[in-house]
Parts: sequence; C-alpha cells; structure tokens
Amino acid sequence: MTGKERLAALFQEARMANRAVFMPYLTVGLPDPASSLDMFRAMADAGADAFEVGFPYSDPLMDGPTIHEAGLAAIAAGTTVKVGFDLVAEIASTTGKPVIVMTYVNPVLAIGIESFVDQLVESGAAALIVSDIAVGESRDIADACSQRGIGYVQFVAPTTGAERLQEIVAADPVFVYGIAELGVTGKREVGSSNLTALATTIRAASDVPLVFGVGISNPEQAAAAAAVGDGVIVGSALVREVLESTTSHDGAAKLSAAVKMFSSAMAR
Amino acid sequence: MTEYRPDKSGRFGEFGGQFAPETLMPALQELETAFETAWSDDVFHSQLAELFASFVGRPTPVYHAQRLSERVGAAVYLKREDLAHTGAHKINNTLGQALLTKRMGKSRVVAETGAGQHGVATATACALLGLECVVYMGAKDIERQALNVYRMRLLGAEVVAVHKGAATLKDAVSEAFRYWVSSVESTHYIIGSVVGPHPFPYIVREFQKIIGIELHDQMSGDPGSLPRPDVIVASVGGGSNAMGIFYPWIRSGVDLVGVEAAGHGLESGEHGASLVAGSPGVLHGSMTYMLQDSDGQVVEAHSVSAGLDYPGSGPEHAYFRDEGIARYVAVTDVEALAAFHEFSKLEGIIPALESAHAVAWVLREAADLAGKTVVINLSGRGDKDVQQVAAMQEGGAQ
Repeated sequence: MTGKERLAALFQEARMANRAVFMPYLTVGLPDPASSLDMFRAMADAGADAFEVGFPYSDPLMDGPTIHEAGLAAIAAGTTVKVGFDLVAEIASTTGKPVIVMTYVNPVLAIGIESFVDQLVESGAAALIVSDIAVGESRDIADACSQRGIGYVQFVAPTTGAERLQEIVAADPVFVYGIAELGVTGKREVGSSNLTALATTIRAASDVPLVFGVGISNPEQAAAAAAVGDGVIVGSALVREVLESTTSHDGAAKLSAAVKMFSSAMAR
Repeated sequence: MTEYRPDKSGRFGEFGGQFAPETLMPALQELETAFETAWSDDVFHSQLAELFASFVGRPTPVYHAQRLSERVGAAVYLKREDLAHTGAHKINNTLGQALLTKRMGKSRVVAETGAGQHGVATATACALLGLECVVYMGAKDIERQALNVYRMRLLGAEVVAVHKGAATLKDAVSEAFRYWVSSVESTHYIIGSVVGPHPFPYIVREFQKIIGIELHDQMSGDPGSLPRPDVIVASVGGGSNAMGIFYPWIRSGVDLVGVEAAGHGLESGEHGASLVAGSPGVLHGSMTYMLQDSDGQVVEAHSVSAGLDYPGSGPEHAYFRDEGIARYVAVTDVEALAAFHEFSKLEGIIPALESAHAVAWVLREAADLAGKTVVINLSGRGDKDVQQVAAMQEGGAQ
C-alpha cells in the first residue's frame, strides 16, 4: 500500500466507526533530535491516529509564536532536513502510524522537489503538507507526490470562494486541511464559528476527508471540530507542553496526558 | 519605453509567482482586480497625479552635483527623491496603495518597515486618507531609527516591535504577513518594496516608475534638456527605488547599476547582497535571489543601513540580473559610511544610509566613470540616520 492509500484507509475506517481521527502536530527534533522519537512514541501510545511532523523553518509565515519558537529551537539543536527525514523513518517504523510531513516551500525547493519526494518515500511518510503555498504554486510538488504514492494535502480557508474550492478538490488531495480560524497557528480563547459553515461548503463540493486545524487549542474546540470533520489537528498546545518541560521524560509524559485528553474529548 | 507585465502566474521570467497560503489567495486576487480596475481608470490616475503634485511635491528635481562631479571626474546628477514629502521615494507607493485600500472598502492598513521610511510614508498616507495604520518594525531597527518611530506615532500609527529573529526588516515583513493573515477581510497590507507574492512586485513597480518616467523628461538629451544619462545608479534592499528609476530605462542602452549592502564584506557572510551573493529561492511569497543555507533556511542579513538589511530582493531584479538588463554590485558598511560623510560635506545634502551605498559605488568606481553622465537615485534623506551614525562614531565603530 502506498502512503496515500494508508492514510485514505485510516479516514475510511474512521468514517465506518463514526469517529474523527486525531492527528497531533509536533515539530521534529524537539526538544532535540535524540529525544524527538520519544515524544512521538508517547503520543502514539496515548492514542494518536497519525502524526503531522513539522519540519522546522526559520521564517514560518503561517505559524504563531509557539511553533516559530519550537522551530528555531529544533534548528539550533541540529535538526537539518536530513535529520528530519531520519526521524520520520524512525517515527513511521516504530509507531506504525501514518506520518504527514509538514514543511514550508523553500526547503523543498532547496533540496529539490524530486529529491525531497524520494526522501518522503524512503522514510515511509504517507503525505506532505506545504504550509505557504496553495493550488497553483503547489502543482509541481503535488504532481511529484502523486506519482510516487505520497498524498498531498490542500488547504481550505474561511476566505476560500466557491471557484477556488472546486480547483482545490479537483487537485485530488488526500485530505483537505480546513483552516478553522483566520490567522496563524496558536492558541485561541474563543472557539471557531467557521467550523460548521466550512464543513457544509466542503461536503457539498466533495467527499474528500476534511481535517480541521489552526486555532484548536483546547478539548472543547477539538470536540466541536470532531463533530463536523473527519479529523482534528492540534499543534501549538502540544508543542507548548514540550517547550515548557524541564526534561524530555517530562515532555513525553505531558504529551501523553494531553493526547489522552484531546482524544477522549473528541469521542462523538 | 518598453512596458511589460508579469505573466499570468505573476512571474518575471522564472522569478516572482504567488507562493502564498490559501488564506491570502483570495485577497491577492481581490487586490489584483482592484489594481487593474484602478490602473485603467482615469479618475484614479488624476487623483494620484494631484496628490503627487500638491502633496508629495513631484516631479522631484534633478540636481547637477558639481562638487561631487569634480571629485569623481564625471557629470553626476542626483534624482532628488529625498525631497519628496516624508523624505524618501516610499510615499509614491504608499499613496497609491492607500487609495487602493479605500477602493477595496478596507479600513485598516498594516505595513512593515526597516529604516522607518516606509512606515512613515504609510502612516502619512493613512493619516491623509483616514485609514487605521499598524506598522511592524524590528526591535533593533526601533532602536537605530528612533526618530522615525516617533514620527509614525505622531502621524497616528501604532508601531509594534518585533523581537523575533534578528529583529530587523525580514522579521517585520514576516510579522506583517502574519497580522494580515489574521485580519485579511478588513485590512490591506501595504508592502514597502517590489517584493512579496504577485501582484505586489508589479503594483509597487507601477507606483514607483514615476521616478524613471520623470527622469526621461528631465534628461532627454534634447536641446534645452539635461544630457541623457550613461549610467543610472540606485541602492537595492528590496529594490523599489531602483526598480522605480530603472524600469522606464531598461534596454535603452543606459547602464543600470543596483548597489546592494556588502555589510561587513561579502566574504564575512554578514551582508545583504542577495543578488550578488545569494541563490534562487522563495522568500516572502516570491521566487527570487535570497540568502539561504543548503536546507533552504533563510540566513540573516546584515547592513549598517536598516533599509538594506534584508536577505532577499524583488523578483523583477532577479530577472534583470539573469537577463543582464541591469547589473548588481555591493559596497560595505565602511564604504557607505565614508560616502555618507563625504557626500554631506561636498554637496550640503545628508543622504540616507541606503542612498549612501549608491554614492559610495560612484566614488569607488570613479576611474571607470570618468567623462560619463551618471545619475544617482538619491532615494532618501539622511536625517533619520544622524543619531545612529553619531552613536557609532562615539562608540568608535567608524
């Protein structure tokens, strides 16, 4: 089975079971490359269905202060693209969960699209998300992924109009990343009012799996997203746990507790 | 004058494009439509022309810098953008974009600023047109450009300090983008240079090309006019003053020279010379020359000049570079500071540290320029830099 097929199967299975998948985001190489695998292992044991593995980037335009800080810390700790892929391979093989690599476009271009996608395949990744590009500029990367059985993820924002939505679903994404809140990643006090409207619009256009992310930072918000989406991504709230931990053991324990809390809140 | 537009995907050759997150794509399309409509509307053009004439003081004069000419052994002319209202060319773009903001029915503007000139020009345009204004500025730049920070606040803008990264222009652009992503429905982003995702580089060029168009009238070489230039020199950070003066003169036989910041020297790795010493990549939404490592991480720039302290340059400059339409060179902090002092004494004009880079190149290349007619785009006045330079001298840095 290709990575894309494995991820598609996960969504299919979750729909049959009438549940939403929980896909925690964590920056790779955090708190340092040597302890990074333990973080993902703890989340797998606590019930994560799949992972968004964030490759650290110097200038993450779509991310708020928490993920930005985490990225700079991971880079400072020696997390290169190569180290990132080595860790992806370990996370995928150790946990058995689908791994979705999340990056910004410039590292993909600097490594080279073909070479980057080769490394996705070799490391056992299931899919790729590139945060700062949309339908149009993502074509070459999405095509390269598709040819190698790697899923590509497209975004839909509250600002996306009907015409663009058609283009987005026509690009055959493995899932659609629904941006719950206008803005960058990070904590919001108030839950999103866009979830239901966004879900209704996207469902009317396609039966592609819909996963909500951006601005989902507490169990209530996750539950609301899980009620109308196929999956939920929580990032900054988990990254914060690791950044505020004194030891990697402490970080793994906090992640485990947080994943359990989010997972149980999401039960329909 | 050769006129052209970027292609459908917003590219100049292989550079440019629209590397922007989905949240912003509808706003970029809206902006493109609003600009196209405005730019083909005579009412908009006459509104802008009226503001240029009576508010900015355009056309800005061309001045024959006699003592500098003697020193260099060439006929050196200055295109006096430093005399434009607010003290730099930046106002050409901000007035145009503020008018667009009104046409789009948006009530708030966000901007980034490095040296503070774009921030001041944006705050000015917003005050004029009754728009709310938020300006992101690196904490390091807030320190070295205190005067401009105060000017922006006087003009009613909210200045927000950015502490991330090197706390300079790159980080301010990133934060302004983040703010825009969060508030895109009510806010327009007035980007300050020919950078960013399409249509920004194109729009900013169109608003800045007035500089080169005026120069055509002023230095046509016809009887009664000044001689036609052989060389046009401009500093390049993002590159808006250079694009503004170059674009109307491309493929006309004039030698177009963009001067980047070599900072502590190109070999030190601490510079802002992306066109001279960078490589192609995506920075702030467009494919261009930039400073990056082999993993595509952005490398911090360095320049004594806050306006040139940026690790990329506009995509159309990248295109000019590869096509040989213009050439790009770099001068160091030390050379620029020396030129800042020498030029002030020679001409009675204190240049912005950005513009001092262009002056420095002319001083350095005097032997090659002998006998030629040279135009320096004096993009801004240096009052904002006086405090910084004085502090550096006291600190023994110079």
